[in-house]
Amino acid sequence: MSMQAPNSFKMGPDNEGQFGIFGGRFVAETLMPNILELDEAYKAAKKDPEFLSELAYLNKHYTGRPSPLYFAERLTAHLGGAKVYFKRDELNHTGSHKINNCLGQILLAKRMGKTRLIAETGAGQHGVAAATVAARFGYPCLVYMGAKDVGRQSPNVFRMKLLGAEIEAVTAGAGTLKDAMNEALRDWVTNVKDTYYLIGTAAGPHPYPELVRDFQSVIGKEAREQIQEMEGRLPDMIIASVGGGSNAIGLFHPFLDDDGVQIVGVEAGGLGLEGDQHCASLTAGRPGVLHGNRTYLLQDPEGQIEEGASISAGLDYPGIGPEHSWLKDTGRCEYVPIMDDEALDAFQVLCRTEGIIPALEPSHALAEVIKRAPQMDKDQIIIMNLCGRGDKDVHTVGAALGMEL
Amino acid sequence: MTQRMTDRFAKLAEENRPAFVTYFMGGDPDYDSSLAIMKGLPAAGADIIELGMPFSDPMADGPSIQAAGLRSLKGGHNLPKCFEMVRAFREDDNETPIVVMGYYNPIYQYGPEKFLDDAKEAGIDGMIVVDLPPEMDEELCIPALAKGLNFIRLATPTTDEKRLPKVLSNTSGFVYYVSITGITGAAAPEPDQVAASVAHIKAKTDLPICVGFGVRTAEQASAIGRAADGVVVGSAIVSAIADSLDDGQASATTVSSALDIVSSIAEGVRSARD
Ligand SMILES: Cc1ncc(COP(=O)(O)O)c(C=O)c1O
Repeated sequence: MSMQAPNSFKMGPDNEGQFGIFGGRFVAETLMPNILELDEAYKAAKKDPEFLSELAYLNKHYTGRPSPLYFAERLTAHLGGAKVYFKRDELNHTGSHKINNCLGQILLAKRMGKTRLIAETGAGQHGVAAATVAARFGYPCLVYMGAKDVGRQSPNVFRMKLLGAEIEAVTAGAGTLKDAMNEALRDWVTNVKDTYYLIGTAAGPHPYPELVRDFQSVIGKEAREQIQEMEGRLPDMIIASVGGGSNAIGLFHPFLDDDGVQIVGVEAGGLGLEGDQHCASLTAGRPGVLHGNRTYLLQDPEGQIEEGASISAGLDYPGIGPEHSWLKDTGRCEYVPIMDDEALDAFQVLCRTEGIIPALEPSHALAEVIKRAPQMDKDQIIIMNLCGRGDKDVHTVGAALGMEL
Repeated sequence: MTQRMTDRFAKLAEENRPAFVTYFMGGDPDYDSSLAIMKGLPAAGADIIELGMPFSDPMADGPSIQAAGLRSLKGGHNLPKCFEMVRAFREDDNETPIVVMGYYNPIYQYGPEKFLDDAKEAGIDGMIVVDLPPEMDEELCIPALAKGLNFIRLATPTTDEKRLPKVLSNTSGFVYYVSITGITGAAAPEPDQVAASVAHIKAKTDLPICVGFGVRTAEQASAIGRAADGVVVGSAIVSAIADSLDDGQASATTVSSALDIVSSIAEGVRSARD
């Protein structure tokens, strides 16, 4: 599908919280007042210099921003094509980009007078980031996590506990991220007055996709300045992995109106797109309604949601943030799948060429870089979002490679 | 309002008693048992039937209705079978209003217009779609009203003064007052608070107000029915069905267990205004 190109790709969402037909507020009536309250609070906060400067302060002194833009010299030589740069959000406090969003939202929660935090998590990176800001701001925090993910991401479960969060293992459905999100929504419907729901990705009902994007856009804003300083120009291509889409939209958004910049999002292709063992909602799904928004979803012909599958727990979500659905349909961004084994290969290439152990999520983006860079000229530039480090994944990778840990 | 809905509330007003609205999940645990339950509901005391349409991700439902939905889906239930059930029910009963209840995505995939046409043709009177608040009225509510079907909206304890008019606009059939903030099957409502909330909503609309979420016993139903125009019971019926199952399959007592609990709660509802 291709629509008429808008004047700017940065204007969304509209007043109804929609990006074209995507997004919106598909929630139970009990939650509507909360969603509207959050919308008001966020509109005021983003114009408040005090809010913005507190966030900037925390980003700098707590997270360690700006994250470096790093020229991957040996990887570039190894691939023999375009120059590859990494936006190194894996160096952030807590080990991924998730902290950018959590700091923004905890400041909002505080502003709104909420006293209890809930969050959902898949890989546990968002859960850890949420537990971190909860500790930092003295909030009780309950993290919903699919029972299957509790098993395969045990180091992060322990980290959350150390940080004082409570973890609720969700056994409903297949026990993964979508079920954790259902359970978090049920908690919120029950505890509307005092609870702030800290969503971990750029999805859910409006205004979440917008505010999560805004808090993550610090990635793209920094990268855009850094590359101009280092290379005196904008990149030819930017690439990021998409689970729910927060690290990707954070990198992409500041570049959306730069015509010369090609934008590629990488989905989890799992074991391949033929069966149901993948998480490629944009490539293999259809528009539908789940978790408060209309977006591309993995679903059966009757609209029942299907479970995704990926070696990377953080990409294991059958939906995708609504802005990505719109960017796909308008043709501004391109979305491609990468299979489990390609991501595993890329993971190992990065360990050995650059001395960086990446998370499995950005390993998907890296696999796409490995395909594209050799096809490009040596004076062309790619920026990839290296949005998480791989400590949490060593057991998974060990098992996949048949190594005894 | 559909004629069936209008007639039913007129009759109830004449008899000075609240409506007993019964919810169960279509297709749980299988089509035949579920149809048998549905056909038995009016004689057991149900005045209006809420027929659940299963969804894989029911975000406003508690564990018992979630499990019922999964059993129903596992048995191959879907929208065409839901319509088939209603047509079969209508062969013997053309008076009891039927309201289907579910989530938007299966309807969206089926096609909203086709859904409304097929629903009307089957003999459905209205719908409750949990994840379509007034902000999303263009999706299904406005087209439903245009076809003469009821779009029943949920009002909740969080629906404040400012929001109530918005919730009431475009609502038809009745208003479903959710008596607690929470999911289906959770805590029991406080009758005094419910009475106050019902009075508050009644001041703003002529529509009947039915109250549900958390009503499980005849005593609770009776207390709620004093102030409300109707009492909705769901999880208690769904749980009775679950408890009767044998290894996930219907047993000899599945249909009677469901109808027995309906009969016993119906007594509470009918004695509400004695
Ligand atoms: C390192 C990392 N990258 C990416 C993701 C996927 O989320 P998103 O698409 O919102 O960035 C996750 C989620 O847990 C993650 O931990």
